[in-house]
Amino acid sequence: MTKNIAKFLKTNFMCTCIAVFLGFIVACAILLITGYSPSLSMAVMFNAVFSRAKFIVNVIIKSTPIILTGLSVTLAFKSGLFNMGAEGQFIASTIAASIVGIKCNFHPLIQIPLVICVGVLAGALMGGIVGWLKAKCGIHEVITSIMLNWIALYMCNFVANSEMFHKPDSDGTFPINHSGQTLLFYDWKFSHDGREYLQAHPILNDIILKTDFNLNFLVAVVIAVLVWVIIYKTKKGYEFRASGLNPDAARNAGIDVTRNIFYTMLISGALSGLAGVLSLTGSSTPVLHVLSVFENYGFNGLSVALIAGASPIGCIFAGLMFSALIYAGQTLQSKIGTPSDIVNIMIGTIVFFVALVRIIPVWVNRYLQKEERKNAQ
Amino acid sequence: MLSSLLIALSITLMYSAPLTLAAIGGVISERSGVVNIGIEGMMSIGALTGAVVGYFTHSAWLGLLCAGLAGGVLALLHAIASISFRADQTVSGIAINLIGPGLAMFLSRYFFDGASITYPVPEKLPKLAIFSYLKGTPFANFNIDVSVVLALAVVVVTWFVLYKTKWGLRIRALGEHPAAVDTLGVPVYRSRYACVIMSGILAGIGGGTVTLAVISQFTPIAISGQGFIALAAVIFGKWKPWGAYGACLLFGFSQALVIMLDGGVLHVPSTILAMIPYVLTILILIIFVGRSSAPRASGVPYEKGAR
Repeated sequence: MTKNIAKFLKTNFMCTCIAVFLGFIVACAILLITGYSPSLSMAVMFNAVFSRAKFIVNVIIKSTPIILTGLSVTLAFKSGLFNMGAEGQFIASTIAASIVGIKCNFHPLIQIPLVICVGVLAGALMGGIVGWLKAKCGIHEVITSIMLNWIALYMCNFVANSEMFHKPDSDGTFPINHSGQTLLFYDWKFSHDGREYLQAHPILNDIILKTDFNLNFLVAVVIAVLVWVIIYKTKKGYEFRASGLNPDAARNAGIDVTRNIFYTMLISGALSGLAGVLSLTGSSTPVLHVLSVFENYGFNGLSVALIAGASPIGCIFAGLMFSALIYAGQTLQSKIGTPSDIVNIMIGTIVFFVALVRIIPVWVNRYLQKEERKNAQ
Repeated sequence: MLSSLLIALSITLMYSAPLTLAAIGGVISERSGVVNIGIEGMMSIGALTGAVVGYFTHSAWLGLLCAGLAGGVLALLHAIASISFRADQTVSGIAINLIGPGLAMFLSRYFFDGASITYPVPEKLPKLAIFSYLKGTPFANFNIDVSVVLALAVVVVTWFVLYKTKWGLRIRALGEHPAAVDTLGVPVYRSRYACVIMSGILAGIGGGTVTLAVISQFTPIAISGQGFIALAAVIFGKWKPWGAYGACLLFGFSQALVIMLDGGVLHVPSTILAMIPYVLTILILIIFVGRSSAPRASGVPYEKGAR
């Protein structure tokens, strides 16, 4: 019996659950020490996510970009690379997509794929530079990623402030042309028929009218499955993993490790690029804003990947949880005045415990071995 | 000409001092075999602590000391995870980067009635007018923050300890082959703990100098990316104290360049100028520095008795 419990505790899923639980405990403790009510805060956070259909849909919509950047980081992780540049790849994608989305105006059937392709390519280019510099010149991917993040940030501000794109009296560009948007039912929901129909169905009204209703989340889920297939079911994925686990052995087996570094970063960048362009086209205000600090889509993707334990499918759930926490944090501050930063502490603690709980399987194995020895005697 | 050169120099030094302190911390930690990606988080908590203690006690020096302690406490968490629990050091470092700024903002709101900006400290760290005896020349007005001197001192001391003392040899060996050091009877875990905590203290002080010398209060963007730049400087400088210092100076210099060129004769948009430090870093890496190899055991948890 205890053996089965021990084996159950060993699974990755359980370890992650324990980490999440401990993260909540620590956050509650901090709230308690600083004089805020943990139970009230948790109740408010729960209601902020689950009390209305609108909230749930918003959480799902907001989770899409961080699931995709999480996948981007996961893929790089698998071949031993640390893609800290997801942030920059995300921004580069939104820049390129905005430029094309504003300047071109084709039929949606052409415009949408065009905008998405341009965004994905921009992300891939950013990732590719990092991969190429690592493969050819041996420059550590973390440095180039950090530098490129900043370059992307200032490039974004350059474009957003430029005469050609800047919308007067705003903090950003003109919105991209409507033909490039991936919002669902957008025209219909503001039409006479749509309004009438939605008013008769309050829940649908909540879901469709009150949010930026789109199908990006489904795209993210499909991509997550696709990344899983690439990593575990294809020859290239096998090569990626081999290069990550033991580059020397991989090289001996005839795998071109340097080329794989480049390819991995290319794909990884493309995924972050997809995150960027979808978050632009799926928004009802598809505008490139002037950034004073990073929006953290890429860095949050890093945390998502870590909480998911670098599992592509896990990224979906980690992304949803992360998005829910951030969403709830905003309500927390406006409703009862608890600083929303408690959410960041909570997420940080969860990631910290994710690192710590890797020791559980070691302990469990040691325990199981001891039991076995006892039985053998 | 001379006076603008002096201004450039003082900006360079001012920008590079916090980076240097943090980067040297990174060098110490990585040389002992523990990757410290959490510098940014340790700097944030240091910056907040410095500003809060400086504000309430009216003493900048006490603020700086507490900033170091706060960074050290956060580093202790990182040490427990990465040394005792043999956790993935990158994951733990990222966690520190989330906890540090989160906690800093939380505490700022806690101490200052929900404001994410603290009140300015009444007393900043002193400036030193080192050429004040040269009256009547541009040198007379040239003064440097005391943090600049502190940073240089830390570089010299770290270099001396790492390369000229018995402990330094041990620390460097810890990062290359901890098992060998262990067989000589050096306590691997305890030494690594000391190095990681030291690294946190330096990062915390680095953060503290931002809020106690450069600006005089904590804001949400007081620490925005300096920790990562310091991390890059560690790798750029090939894990050596003087190398990291050089990288930080280069970075500070390109910041100075941005400020000096802005609004000057060249009509380049400031957003493009702002890219200079980052582009320059990548170019220099491509042209001069190239392949970098970390200490061999860096990032690998040490397990006593493992083969």
